[in-house]
This record gives sequence, C-alpha cells and structure tokens, in this order.
Amino acid sequence: MSTKEVLLEVKNLEVAFGKGKSKFQAIDQVSFQIYKGETFGLVGESGSGKTTIGRSIMRINEVTGGEILFHGKPINGKISKDWDREITQKIQMIFQDPMASLNERAKVDYIISEGLMNTKHYKNEEEKQKKVHDALLEVGLLPEFASRFPHEFSGGQRQRIGIARALIMEPEFIIADEPISALDVSIRAQVLNLLSNLQKQKGLTYLFIAHDLSIVRFITDRTAVIYKGKIVELAETEKLFANPIHPYTRALISAVPEPNPYKEREKVMEVYDPTQHHYDSNPPSFVEIEEGHFVLANEEELERYRTTLKIGV
Amino acid sequence: MEEIQSKSRILSIQNLIIQFKLRGQVLTAIRDISLDLYKGESLAIVGESGSGKSVLVKSIIGLLEKNGSVAQGRILYKEDDLTKFETEKDWLKIRGKEIAMVTQDPMTSLNPLKTIGKQIEECVVLHQKLKGKEAYQRTLQLLKDVGIHDVEKRYKQYPHEFSGGMRQRIVIAIAIACNPKILICDEPTTALDVTIQAQILQLLKNLQQKYGLTTIYITHDLGVVAKVADRIAVMYAGDIIEVGQTHEVFFNGKHPYTWALLSSLPQLGAKGEELYSIKGTPPNLFKEIKGDAFAPRNPYALKIDFEERPPFFKVSETHFAKTWLLHPNAPKVELPQNLQAFFEEGRRFAHEY
Repeated sequence: MSTKEVLLEVKNLEVAFGKGKSKFQAIDQVSFQIYKGETFGLVGESGSGKTTIGRSIMRINEVTGGEILFHGKPINGKISKDWDREITQKIQMIFQDPMASLNERAKVDYIISEGLMNTKHYKNEEEKQKKVHDALLEVGLLPEFASRFPHEFSGGQRQRIGIARALIMEPEFIIADEPISALDVSIRAQVLNLLSNLQKQKGLTYLFIAHDLSIVRFITDRTAVIYKGKIVELAETEKLFANPIHPYTRALISAVPEPNPYKEREKVMEVYDPTQHHYDSNPPSFVEIEEGHFVLANEEELERYRTTLKIGV
Repeated sequence: MEEIQSKSRILSIQNLIIQFKLRGQVLTAIRDISLDLYKGESLAIVGESGSGKSVLVKSIIGLLEKNGSVAQGRILYKEDDLTKFETEKDWLKIRGKEIAMVTQDPMTSLNPLKTIGKQIEECVVLHQKLKGKEAYQRTLQLLKDVGIHDVEKRYKQYPHEFSGGMRQRIVIAIAIACNPKILICDEPTTALDVTIQAQILQLLKNLQQKYGLTTIYITHDLGVVAKVADRIAVMYAGDIIEVGQTHEVFFNGKHPYTWALLSSLPQLGAKGEELYSIKGTPPNLFKEIKGDAFAPRNPYALKIDFEERPPFFKVSETHFAKTWLLHPNAPKVELPQNLQAFFEEGRRFAHEY
C-alpha cells in the first residue's frame, strides 16, 4: 500500500451549510486517500454527503474545516494563481444527469471547448478545433457532431459529450458523480466500458460517486461507505463486499436486488438502526481492523467486529 | 405452473397496434402485441426506454397522448373493450376505480398545494363513496397500511414535508384508495435509494396480498423484477419478444435480446474486463420493420431474421419467445461463458427450492 503514490488526499474535511442555529454539518471529519490510477468509490444514500465531497474537491463548495491535498499540495484556501489554474485543468467532473448538465443553447463544439477557452489551453483556433475533434473521437462520437445541439442526442450520447468535455482538459483526476444512474441498462454498460478504457489509455484516476452497489463493485478498486456525512467503512471493494463489518454497510449491501428470483425471495433484509451505537459515552474512531480495511467503531463494537471477522460471517 | 393456468384472465390484450402521428409521419409504437394478465399475479414488463412499455400501459388506462391512437386490436377488461372508449366519461369507469397507477417520480406526482390527507381522501370520497368522519378514518387507515407513522399529524402535512420514499408511499396510498383490481407501477423505484427501493417493493408486495391486487410493473431493472414478478414480458421495439415465468426468463431465456439484457448486468461481468454491451441502436419506429427487429444488433442473427418476423415459439406451457433460433431447423448456438454459468447457477437453485 505504502508504495503507491497518493494523488489526492482529503484530511479531516468538514463542510457546513448555514450559520448559527440553522447550521448543518454536511461533512464531518472525513479523511481518505486516493492513489494514482485507481478508481475510488464513494457510496451512500441521498443526503449522505457524497456529492458534497465531490463538489468540495472541485472547489464548488466551500470547505469549513480540514484540507484537500492534490499531489501533496493544498488546493483550498490561499494558493498561487498558477497552481489554481493547474488544478482547474487537472481535476474535472462528469455530472449525473446528461439531460440537465449540457447547455441547451450552445453547440457541442462550444460545450466541449469552453474549458479550453477559459484556461487558454491552446495556441490557435486550428489546435482548438483539433482538440474538439479528437475528444469526440475518443468518446466514440463522430467529429461532425460538433455543430449540433444537445437536444439532438440520446441520453447515452449526451453523457459521452459530458465525458469529452472533461477529457479535453487533459485531466489527471476525474470525479464521476453518478455518471450512469440516469441511463438505460444497455447504455450503462457502454459508458462504463468507455470510462474504464479511457482510464487504461490515459492513466486516469477516478472518484466514482454512486448509490448502485452492483456497479460500484464492478468498477471500483476501493470503496468508502458514507452515512450522514461520516465515512463508516473503507476497504478494497472486494473485501468490503465479501466481509462488510459496519451494520450500515451490511444493510446497504443486503438491499441491492440481485438478478436471481430464487435468492431474492429468500433474502432477509438487514435494517440499519443508528440508535444501536452508544457513542455518547464511548465515542468512536476510525480504526484499521484488517489490512486496508477501516471501520468507524468504538472499543466495545470493535471487539465484536473482530470476533465476527475471525469467524468470517 | 398449474397454479397460474387455473387462474382466470382479468385483462386481455389482443393484436394491439398503436400509432402516433408526428409531423405528418406515422410512428408505430406498439407492433401487434397480444398479452394476457391473470388475476392475482404480478407481471413485469421489461424493456429499454423507447421500447413501448409505457405506451402499452397508458393505452390500458386511457392516458395516451392526443396524437396516439389504437390502429388495430382489442383490450378486453370484464365485458368492455377498452379500445372502444372515446370520452373521458367512459374512461372514468375504469381509471382509478378498476385500474390504478403509481407513477415514477414521487416529486412531481403530488399536488404541492394540498395536504396529503386531503389528496388521499379525495379518492376515498370519490371511489369508496364515504363521507365525513368515515372518509377521514379510512384515510388514516390507508396511511397506516402504506407504513406511515403518526398518521393524524401526517394527514395535515404537505408533500414538501416528506422525503422521496415517503412521498412514493403516499402515491401508493392514493392508488390503493380507489380500490382498484389492477395496479400499474411505472418504474416505482427508479428515483429512490437502494434501501428505500427495497422497502417500497416489499410494501407493494404486501399490499398486493392484502388487497388481492393484480400488479403490472414496468421497469428496466432486472434486479427489481427478480424480487417482485411472477411473470416477465420482455419488450423490444414495440413488440413482446419473450414472455414466461420469472425463473424461466432469467435462467432459460431464449431470445438473444433477453441474453443481451442479462449479459449487460454488472453482476455478470468480470472485473477489469469489458462489460457486455449491446451494439448499435434500437430501430427507427417511423419505418416499417422487416423480420426480427433485433436482428441488426444480434450476433446470432440468421438470414431469415432479416426477412420474416418470427412467431411465438413455445418453450413450455408458460414460456414463449419470438426468435427463429427456436425453430426446429435452426442451428444450435453457443452462449457466452458467463451467461452459461449464470443459467447453470440458476438451475442449481431451481433444484434446491
């Protein structure tokens, strides 16, 4: 683990909305590292704060506490103009709803090249055109689509445009916020394949935000489960699915419908009851319970988790 | 198997063709479909967007857009042919009272200006002919039935005070309040979280038993289908290409499109490898489709698939598929490894249960 290069590090991140009485702590002391070249999954229900984390890495949401480090250097707070520009270019985002995230009044050409124009990341008009041309080809669209409007495309094609818009900036790190939730089953597969091929070709690192665990299991290397602004479990994806420890993770995994009618009918759902923790008297910490497998628990719970881990339930 | 056979037909769709007129062109959204619905069962209609699954159920409940019309066929419910209905008055005999619907998005399907209690009570008054205190009590009971606590307080609240899952429960309560025989659920959980999705599906299953409902689920998610459906009808390009009991379609699917749908599930993919994806795009329904609509995207397509439309071939008493591969003269095809493994695993389960 330690030999891997850390690309992005989130340290004790806190995000709060509102002030005074109406203050809402959306993210509470979240820390994780993302290694270069991996796909890191962030799973949770709506309202858990997974998108807020993505948005604070994009610097859309203001951070109220903690640090975000990219290549070991902070990206929020007071930073130099050059570094600021570099981050804007190196970190890109793919949005959830391809119907809402493209400017309806702009042509594809403009949508894709807008980022380039803002950062002046090209020498002349010709080079810009070539970059748009290449980006379209890379995501499996025809270059002549550049002169069309978003409404002329299907959902899957629109999502490809969204990916091209991120790629043209030559990013190192892409935040994909539920990139396939709004798509049909067969098109999901196409977009997933596209994302993983691009990762292989360009050595990209992804932060993959999703609530569909079957897809997270397929595409990510490591996964963090987030509940109400706190990470409750983090491990290599296979380890997490084979051996979920935190009760919330277990509930989440048990809720995923499987494509097997026999199993589905027999299955007993686990329900997560947050009142089962006694954190007032015995506060929890984020502990490494086996190599690379972290869980949020207090001492008493840890003991219980350790025994279940040994038995291998 | 015998169980379903002995059940009586509640709704029968026969040779249905539905067309839409769009800018002088004719789009055939439903291409000659026949389907029976049996009393007490839950049928899932599975297909991609644009396959016509929503159009099909809209025609059952009289909610087709103005430019759409039934060009051929009958929809028989009790002694009525629903395709003959013309006025809104005709439809009011059926809609809600006999056949009710739960729509996809609970964020937009409730009236934001009325308390949820009033919205449910409206149906109770209209369809169950209850008044005053009786109607109120009945509404509270419905709220309890759909798993909402503290009902007296909740009765007075507005939709914005509820979460997505709770709103979907209210939409279901409204549908149930009409005392329908058939409940259509159009993607009831697509807009919801996994944990909430599981709860809502369980709720629908319980209600089905409690009220003796016949349910139709429309979805593109095969996982959802596995949980709730007794039978599955797979739709592609306005046609039902395979229909059978849930385990038959899952573990003994016969149509290449069914195979393709199953193969593109991430659960069947191997990590680090390409996930199976269907090549090409669905056909243009403005044009007449020759042969099997799936043929151009079908790696197993035979010559005849491009020329003649396949009929339903019988696989078992309850399982039919429209593919020439089932013709006695068709060549044997080898399925991809992961799909074969999936089928075998399923059959192993079949022996165990």
